[in-house]
Amino acid sequence: MELTFPTKPFKTHGGADVPHRKNTAQIESAVMPPPAQVVIPMQQHVGAPCTPIVKVGDSVLVGQKIADSSAFISAPIHSSVSGKVTKIQKVMLPAGQYTDAIVIDSDGEMTVSPDIKPPVINSADDFINAVKESGLVGLGGAGFPAYVKLKIPEGKNIDTLIVNVAECEPYITADNREAIENSWAVLSGVYAVRDLLNLDRVIIAVEDNKPDVIKVLSKIADNEKLDPKDIVRVFPLRARYPQGAEKVLVKACTDREIPMGKLPADVGCLVMNVTSIAFIANYLKTGMPLVKKRVTIDGSAIKNPKNVIVPIGTKISDIVEFLGGYKAEPKKILMGGPMMGLALVSDQLPVLKQNNGILAFDENEARMSEPTACIRCGRCVEGCPMNLIPTQLEQFSNSKDIEGLKEYDVMDCMECGTCAFNCPAGRPLVQSIRLGKGLVKAAGGKK
Amino acid sequence: MADKLIVSSSPHIKSGVTTRKIMLDVIIALIPAAIASVIIFGPKALLIIAVSIASCVASEYICRKVMKRENTISDLSAVVTGLLLAFNVPVGVNPFIVIFGGVVAIVVVKQMFGGIGQNFVNPALTARIILMSSFPSQMSTWNAPFYYLNQTDAMTTASPLGILKTGAEGTMPNILNMFVGVRAGCLGETCALALILGGIYLVVRKVISPVIPLCYVGTVAVISMIAGRDVIIEILAGGLLLGAIFMATDYATSPITFKGKIIYAVGAGIITMLIRMFGSLPEGVSFSIILMNILVPHIERLTRPLAFGKERVKK
Repeated sequence: MELTFPTKPFKTHGGADVPHRKNTAQIESAVMPPPAQVVIPMQQHVGAPCTPIVKVGDSVLVGQKIADSSAFISAPIHSSVSGKVTKIQKVMLPAGQYTDAIVIDSDGEMTVSPDIKPPVINSADDFINAVKESGLVGLGGAGFPAYVKLKIPEGKNIDTLIVNVAECEPYITADNREAIENSWAVLSGVYAVRDLLNLDRVIIAVEDNKPDVIKVLSKIADNEKLDPKDIVRVFPLRARYPQGAEKVLVKACTDREIPMGKLPADVGCLVMNVTSIAFIANYLKTGMPLVKKRVTIDGSAIKNPKNVIVPIGTKISDIVEFLGGYKAEPKKILMGGPMMGLALVSDQLPVLKQNNGILAFDENEARMSEPTACIRCGRCVEGCPMNLIPTQLEQFSNSKDIEGLKEYDVMDCMECGTCAFNCPAGRPLVQSIRLGKGLVKAAGGKK
Repeated sequence: MADKLIVSSSPHIKSGVTTRKIMLDVIIALIPAAIASVIIFGPKALLIIAVSIASCVASEYICRKVMKRENTISDLSAVVTGLLLAFNVPVGVNPFIVIFGGVVAIVVVKQMFGGIGQNFVNPALTARIILMSSFPSQMSTWNAPFYYLNQTDAMTTASPLGILKTGAEGTMPNILNMFVGVRAGCLGETCALALILGGIYLVVRKVISPVIPLCYVGTVAVISMIAGRDVIIEILAGGLLLGAIFMATDYATSPITFKGKIIYAVGAGIITMLIRMFGSLPEGVSFSIILMNILVPHIERLTRPLAFGKERVKK
């Protein structure tokens, strides 16, 4: 089958013109020196939590595996600093649940483990195993173990790889900086995955508010020697939230609509975040597992907004201090962007593998107005990329009408927040829908 | 610091559009028509507009107070209702009638059903219909444009649609006069130019979608063309533009689904023309909108958009 490249994005429903606030897009990332201590939770991915394979008192080196799991959907965890394991204790995750964490006091040396060497790849299975051992999870924020995605199930045919550089959340520029500072790794990773899966088409999808990224990546992607059949192309998308959401992205790039409850693989697509792709290239070259992450530190309470490359497990307060501290008292701290990020209870939480941004809002930015009555303006319906009726779902959720929630497809909501962003009455639509999903799950019906 | 952080559900930013800003935009959009009405019908028009707004806002304030609910006059929706009610009465009515209309619109139609967003019919239109049945002669006595400049006191005339319906005495105004509003009629309905300007403002500000006004006016135009009636007169001579742009687009009483908006507006157009052609009343805009208001929940249920990825699962 001959696949063609779209000349312009396919039509998607809804969305919102959110403010970009990409204040850090043009600033070189800073590299943070090792903090005195890192806290590494055992759950930094979708799937089964890991079990520590080190004990209190053990010395560990950078890149050394410290936790693993035998479950299919999981990802091993490696030490991000060299030093000594001082504690294994329960810590709170961003969403509020507790999990074990390995606390390592850094010796400040960052001594790399002698076991770190480039993986030997002779077959597709070797490749997938290597990705598994690297501890890579989806770095766009979802945290789904990357090797599971690459293991294409029997009977499914993937023809298109979409590299997600949409980065549609306001403020966040971590993927943007990755593409600029590491553009060669991005393309090298793309070629590696292309060859592994024998792909027919690679679409590098970038929102058009990042012209420098489009320019830099196009320059390398159009290299005839590396891509003789010209199957790797950069594809500019309109900068409109939530362009980077997997289902929306696949539709905009290929016009294929992922059926409800299914995955991109069901329509022949594989979607990977740009930083994940670049990481694969670096891992194949060096063998250094996922132990550091670039995060955007921004928001009205931050003195010097910037991207910082930090060892995983670094406490948020340490990163803020490294950047010169707060310029105003933070009233809200977010892990992730302002549209989908989680509000944290404290800045003592560690950075996880899939984090791409930490935002600290001052009083003014954190304050939300009290909700008023729904005026039925329909802005939530117009904005919903999943074609749902958020205001109706809110009513069903408030009246605990499980049948209504199912009938109106509550489980199809991806919680992108467009409805609540648009709502002139300031109604907590996403919150109600989340509660509604909980009701449906508790009642035992998945769909 | 750690225990002083605000923790709330995402999203953590808002578009900045609020109910109050939307209502303010509607008020701005209605100002050209208000100015036109004062020019055409004189200072009495200003008095009626002021009395109507005051009645609606006072009704809302007192009603919420009595019901021990939070005060909502700052959302400006009562001001919009007051303006629209004033626009829907002839200049000659006794101001006390307008006060009564305001109380009906706000207390009975809006607050008794739960306040903003909860009323199932348009408050100003329902009040107009109640006034029409309670005070039929005052509500259908039309002063000629610029009557206030003449010294003779009884300058009443027939409305253009009345002329069309019953062949009542009077001369049909020419098209230009009708377009700028120099004709008999309710306060705010006569100046098509001002209403269209207001409508364009609302569309540009994304307060309303043009679907309802276009489908409503379009349906009226098509039916009158098929029926061999004068399309321009059908569009300009009655309350169609005021109704289609400002009343049929009322959020609370129109469908939130795209297809629903089309069905609703086409339905209103058909009923309007049925009343104008076969009913005993000269004008059918108010009744057609109210009738379609009542059908909105059903229209919405029937026009629910198909959720993303759903169709293919079914097939």
